[in-house]
Amino acid sequence: MKDTADTDTTPDGRKIGGVLMEMKNITLRFGGVKAITDISFDIRDGEIRAIIGPNGAGKSSMLNVISGFYVPQEGEVWFKGVRRGPMRPYQVARLGIARTFQNIALFDGMSVLDNIMTGRLTLMKSGVLSQALWWGPAEREETHHREKVEKIIDFLEIQNIRKTPVGRLPYGLKKRVELARALAAEPKLLLLDEPMAGMNVEEKEDMSRFILDVNDEFGTTIVLIEHDMGVVMDLSDRVVVMDYGKKIGDGTPDEVRNNPDVISAYLGVAHD
Amino acid sequence: MPDQLLYAMEAGLNGLMAGVMYSLVALGFVLIFKASGIFNYAQGVLALFAALTLVGFQEGQLPFAHLINTVFGTDLHHFGWRLPAIVAIALAAGVMVLLAIVIERYVLKHLVNQPPIILFMATIGMAYFLEGLGDIMWGADIKTLDVGLPQGINETVESVTGSLLGYGFFIDNLDIVASVVAALLVLTLTLFSQYSKQGRALRAVADDHQAALSVGISLRFIWVLVWSIAGFVALVAGIMWGSKSGVQFSLSLIALKALPVLMLGGFTSIPGAIVGGLIIGMGEKLFEFTVSSSWFGDIFGFTLGATENWFAYVLALLFLVFRPQGLFGERIIERV
Repeated sequence: MKDTADTDTTPDGRKIGGVLMEMKNITLRFGGVKAITDISFDIRDGEIRAIIGPNGAGKSSMLNVISGFYVPQEGEVWFKGVRRGPMRPYQVARLGIARTFQNIALFDGMSVLDNIMTGRLTLMKSGVLSQALWWGPAEREETHHREKVEKIIDFLEIQNIRKTPVGRLPYGLKKRVELARALAAEPKLLLLDEPMAGMNVEEKEDMSRFILDVNDEFGTTIVLIEHDMGVVMDLSDRVVVMDYGKKIGDGTPDEVRNNPDVISAYLGVAHD
Repeated sequence: MPDQLLYAMEAGLNGLMAGVMYSLVALGFVLIFKASGIFNYAQGVLALFAALTLVGFQEGQLPFAHLINTVFGTDLHHFGWRLPAIVAIALAAGVMVLLAIVIERYVLKHLVNQPPIILFMATIGMAYFLEGLGDIMWGADIKTLDVGLPQGINETVESVTGSLLGYGFFIDNLDIVASVVAALLVLTLTLFSQYSKQGRALRAVADDHQAALSVGISLRFIWVLVWSIAGFVALVAGIMWGSKSGVQFSLSLIALKALPVLMLGGFTSIPGAIVGGLIIGMGEKLFEFTVSSSWFGDIFGFTLGATENWFAYVLALLFLVFRPQGLFGERIIERV
């Protein structure tokens, strides 16, 4: 971000910059059903922002609005200081916004390596013709991208399954490959829809570590939806709380934890 | 070597060559099926349309001549030039790309997220539409197609086998060319889909639309690309079949022969389309050769003829019973 005036430093020494993305008065309807009602919040450069809420609160819908899979009926989406018009998901991806899915959307028939390589499609330049003829530039480009992908594979510790078709992998590894594919795009903003759903404690710890490392090493801004409150409180810098499509809380984990609305709506009574 | 064996070898070899022709059509089916899960019923008609367009350009035919003459009372048929084959082929390829764009824009775009059966029915509609369009544009008469491919019996093969085995094999020059072209085509397509950016995007779209969108792939572009490639393969098939037996409307029926080829080779495998075609082609000829020969009649007391009409379908039926995914197709395993 150019706007360094309002740069903050977190307790653990990471830099949080100005506003990277801003959602203004977003309303999303499916027919007569309101999935999201008049929600506004911002995402700052370099932070880990969590969206939490009970089932059906509209969290995934919100992520789908950010990634262009849903177009809201009302409200504005601002990215890097520019208002974003209605866009198709592939156009949003090309802006530098990568995502993972709640129910894992990988290419099952392709190898782990090929899956991650697709993440770099937006960064590849050469056209259909030179690709078809495998001209020099196309080959050099492939080598370059392959190197980058190998780094991500090392980073996420999935070297030994590089050539395995994704369809054969267990659930936890699939989640990791999906993260790898999203990272391969070198995104400015990374959206993670329940990255730890269905994982055991050990896998959750691994995934938490990867998320923190990604944020720390690449400076990637991360928006994540998660149910595990412990994880959310440990990972995130700021939290948006949703319930029935409305925003009921927004702030640091501590602020949110002590917000009476949040406690009654989501955390329940017996919270300490 | 006994004569019967030599004849059988010749028949088998001819069958292989004929099989290549089936493979060319089957290839177009596989490409579209792999990339979009659509069984493209119009692939055969696409080959016919491509061949008609090619002849039309080459002969300098006026498109829609019949229609124009009826409406305006004129008597125009030809522009009066003949284009060189290579120019006409390039133009016809351009028309196929244009057709791909039109198909995406006016048919596929409106059927996103529909079940495969709907898309399949749309391609049936397209088949009839294209057949009619071809008729109106270029006329229904049988046309000869000559793009300069060698015709007749290959004398080298005949003399070599003649001196080696004492019996010269009759192999068509055109069949040899078709084999080489098919081999090149498969090699190019395989390399393209395995190692290029668009090839990877293509496989990604085939696998999962949503995931493909999330990594920045435009589905519409990929569909145009796939249908362009299928159109191009159809053009190649159209050239080969047109050179062999003239450009006529029964050409669209060869698509039916591609079906057993696909059942044998598997709907999702490019090498499968080739091997399937070869097996059907050779099997057909050898079976015909065997059951119509006199020694078969001596043993069983009867002979059969015209088995080529049904042999392929019976073979495909057997495959459906014992190996429904074909030789190279992906076995569908549901994880629960």
